Amino acid sequence: MQTYDLEAEGLRGLNSALQAQTAETNQTSWEIVNPRGSHAVAVGLDAPIEVTVKGSTGYYTAGMNKQATIHVEGSAGPGVAENMMSGIVVIDGDASQYAGATGHGGTLVIKGNASSRCGISMKGIDIVVHGNVGHMSAFMAQSGNLVVCGDAGDALGDSIYEARLFVRGSVKSLGADCIEKEMRPEHIEILRDLLEKGGCDAKPEEFKRYGSARQLYNFKIDNAY
Amino acid sequence: MCGIVGLFLKDKALEPQLGALLTDMLITMTDRGPDSAGIAIYNASDAAHARLTVQSETPDADFADLAEKAQAIVGGPVTLSRRDTHAVLTVPAGTAEALRHALRDVAPTVRVMSFGDSLEIYKEVGLPRDVAARFDIASMSGTHGIGHTRMATESAVTTLGAHPFNTGPDQCLVHNGSLSNHNVLRRKLQREGIHIETQNDTEVGAAYLTWKMQNGATLGEALEASLDDLDGFFNFVVGTKDGFGVVRDPIACKPAVMAETDQYVAFGSEYRALVNLPGIETARVWEPEPATVYFWTHGATETPSKKAA
Repeated sequence: MQTYDLEAEGLRGLNSALQAQTAETNQTSWEIVNPRGSHAVAVGLDAPIEVTVKGSTGYYTAGMNKQATIHVEGSAGPGVAENMMSGIVVIDGDASQYAGATGHGGTLVIKGNASSRCGISMKGIDIVVHGNVGHMSAFMAQSGNLVVCGDAGDALGDSIYEARLFVRGSVKSLGADCIEKEMRPEHIEILRDLLEKGGCDAKPEEFKRYGSARQLYNFKIDNAY
Repeated sequence: MCGIVGLFLKDKALEPQLGALLTDMLITMTDRGPDSAGIAIYNASDAAHARLTVQSETPDADFADLAEKAQAIVGGPVTLSRRDTHAVLTVPAGTAEALRHALRDVAPTVRVMSFGDSLEIYKEVGLPRDVAARFDIASMSGTHGIGHTRMATESAVTTLGAHPFNTGPDQCLVHNGSLSNHNVLRRKLQREGIHIETQNDTEVGAAYLTWKMQNGATLGEALEASLDDLDGFFNFVVGTKDGFGVVRDPIACKPAVMAETDQYVAFGSEYRALVNLPGIETARVWEPEPATVYFWTHGATETPSKKAA
C-alpha cells in the first residue's frame, strides 16, 4: 500500500501520482493521511485503484472520477464526485452541497447526510444517501438514480428530465414538474440492487418513487426546432 | 467569495488563546478573500466602563489629544489605548453612544469602528496575516470573536468597506455573499435617518439590522426579517455581547461549517478553518440549515445551542 501525507507532500504531487496510475499498475491501494479539509483531493483519476482518505476533505473531492474506488473516512465539502464518469466514491460522514453534480456514471454513497442540491443535473450517476438530502436535490436531473434513505428537503427534483428518485422518508416539497410515481416491480429490483451497492439496511418496499411529469417546455413537441 | 470564522468559547481556560485561535482560523481562509480583513473580539467588561474602538488614517495626529477631547464630552475619565491605526477609548458606562455621535463633529477624521461594553473591532485593507499582525490580534484574550477576510464585489477595497460592521452596542455583523437590492434599501434607510457611509452592500445589511432593532425588533427578529427583505446571497454571522448568531439565506449557496465540543462552538466558511482547533477530531461537525437563525450565548441557560427561530 502507498501512503501519502498530504500536509507534508502537497496536493499537486498527490494528484499527479494518482493520475499517473494505469490499468496495469501494481500500486493499486493508496492511503492519504492529513487531508485537513483540503480541496480537490484525488481528482481526475482514471485507473482501477483504491484510494482511502483518512479524514475530512474540502471542495471537489474525487471530481471527474473514472474507474477508481475512493473512500473518504470523514466528511466531504462542496461538489464531491462532481462529474464522475465511473467508479465508486464512498463518504463515511456528511457531504456538503451539490454532491455528485452532473455525474455521468459510477456510484456515490454518502453514509451521513447530503446538503442542498445533491445530484444537481445528474446524467447517469447512481447516488445513495443513507441520511437526508437538502433542498433542490436532483434539480434538472437528466438520468440515473438518487436514493434517499432519510428525508428530502424542499423542491425535490425541480425541472427533472428522466432520472429516478427514491425516497424512504418525507419529502418537504416537490419541485416544478416532479411527481410521485408508481413503484413497479422493475423499480423494486433496481432499488434493491442500489441499496445493496450502497450498503443500506433498508427494504425497497419502504420507498416512494418520484420522477418527471414531462409537462415543462422542453417536453412539448410544439417547442421543438 | 469572502471567508468567515467565528469562535465562541464555553471553556474559560481557552480565553487567553482566543485571539491566537481566531488569527490562525482567519489566515487559513486567506484564499477566500485577499482584499481586507477584520476581527471583532469580545472580552471581559465591567459595569463601570464602556468602550469605543476608533480608527484614523492619520493616527499620530488624531490620537494625540483624542482622550482629552473625549473627556470634555463625556465629563469623566477617558483612557486611550492605541493599536496601530486603531485605538480603544475606555469611557464611563453609559457615555459611549453619546461620544460616538459627538466625535463626528470634534474629530471628523476619526471613524468609530465599534462601541459597547466589551466589543472591539479591528479592520484594515490587506491580507489576514498582515492585518492580524498590525493589531497583534494573536495576543488578545476574550470570550468570543468573529473574523472576516474580504473578496470585494460590491464596493471599493477600503477600511470602511472591510468587515465586521458595527450594528449597535456590542453588536457586529460579517457577511459572505452579495446583496442585490442594497441600493434601493440604502435610500430607504437613509430616508429613515440611518447613517450609512459607503457604497458597500454589507453596510446596508448592517444598517438594516440596526434600523429594525431601533424599531423594537430583537436581533433574532431582525435576522428573521432580513430573510424576507434582503435580496441576494448571504451568510451572516453576528456577534452580540454574550454570544454569536448565524443565518444563511434560503438558497444557501455560500458555504458554512460549524463545529461544537464541550469547549467551544466554531464557525468556518470551510472545514479547513477549523482543523487546528483543540479536539476537532471528535467535535460534532455540521452545516447550519438554510433560512434558520441560530444563536449561542453565555446566557443564564446553559443550553449550548439555542435556536432563536
